[in-house]
Amino acid sequence: MTNLLEGKNIVIMGVASERSIAWGITSSLHKAGANLIFTYRQDRSYKKLTKLLDKHDITAKLIVSCDVANDESITEAFSTIKEKIGTIHGIVHSVAFANREELQGEYADTSRDGFLLAQEISAYSLVAVTKAAKDLMTEGGSIVTQTYLGAERVIPNYNVMGVAKASLEASVRYLAEDMGKYGVRVNAVSAGPIRTLSAKGVSGFNEKLGMIEEKAPLRKNVDQDQVGDATLFFMSELSRGITGEVLHVDSGYHIIGG
Amino acid sequence: MADVFDRVKDIIVDRLDVEESKVTMEASFKEDLEADSLDVVELVMELEDEFDMTIADEEAEKINTVGDAVNYINSTQE
Repeated sequence: MTNLLEGKNIVIMGVASERSIAWGITSSLHKAGANLIFTYRQDRSYKKLTKLLDKHDITAKLIVSCDVANDESITEAFSTIKEKIGTIHGIVHSVAFANREELQGEYADTSRDGFLLAQEISAYSLVAVTKAAKDLMTEGGSIVTQTYLGAERVIPNYNVMGVAKASLEASVRYLAEDMGKYGVRVNAVSAGPIRTLSAKGVSGFNEKLGMIEEKAPLRKNVDQDQVGDATLFFMSELSRGITGEVLHVDSGYHIIGG
Repeated sequence: MADVFDRVKDIIVDRLDVEESKVTMEASFKEDLEADSLDVVELVMELEDEFDMTIADEEAEKINTVGDAVNYINSTQE
């Protein structure tokens, strides 16, 4: 089990802090022997990332800047990866954004700009990155993104992000069809609520954690490591027959109706 | 157990990479300790873990200085 990803070059997008889901994924993929390439947007994330890698004694194969809101930046990032690394075998997409004011109150009050921004950063970014990475994934591979139950059902305050995640999940299916012929699989992990910086931006987040502990079949919250291991499964050959899938890593909460 | 202020100070020094001497009760996170809004959210989460408590969004928004954080924690620990 320990060498599932030996020799695989995997790009991880979206480490902002030790609590980031992408950081849990980093730990799992590192333990499985993957070569890791990171992208960041803000300088603050770059600083956090290098500090974290240092603390956990993980060596990044490459760290590149990539702003998913900017096509040029994406192209540049992936040409740098192509030049310095060559072929890649996987992409972990763990990126999303919405204005904080729109993660509370009524969805009906969502602004046009806020709607488009959430769609652009949280859903279109997967499309743009897949397009840029196509050339580099010549040996087949796996792309994994992060979604949430708010895409399928109404979760109070999740609002514009729920609709963006619905768009992301639909994109996973369409991209899975496109990329399947190149031997690349595209899947999503739908994690239960995890205390990340982003989750804290959703109004009333603490109550959501309580709900899982009370109602989910496993009666406990999900953590970054569980999502990391599920992502490892999707990255590895163990999941070779699976694409276009949304896998719930949520202590079973999504099966509960009341 | 160390005093609340000392425990808060340790977290701030570690998370924000600032000199210990800059962390006073009067220091403002954003102005004196150069924290951005994400840093403040992160600090609030660290404090929740350290003091085993949840800080409601409305309360977290009122935390602007180190003193605000220490006083809030003291008010809940009795």
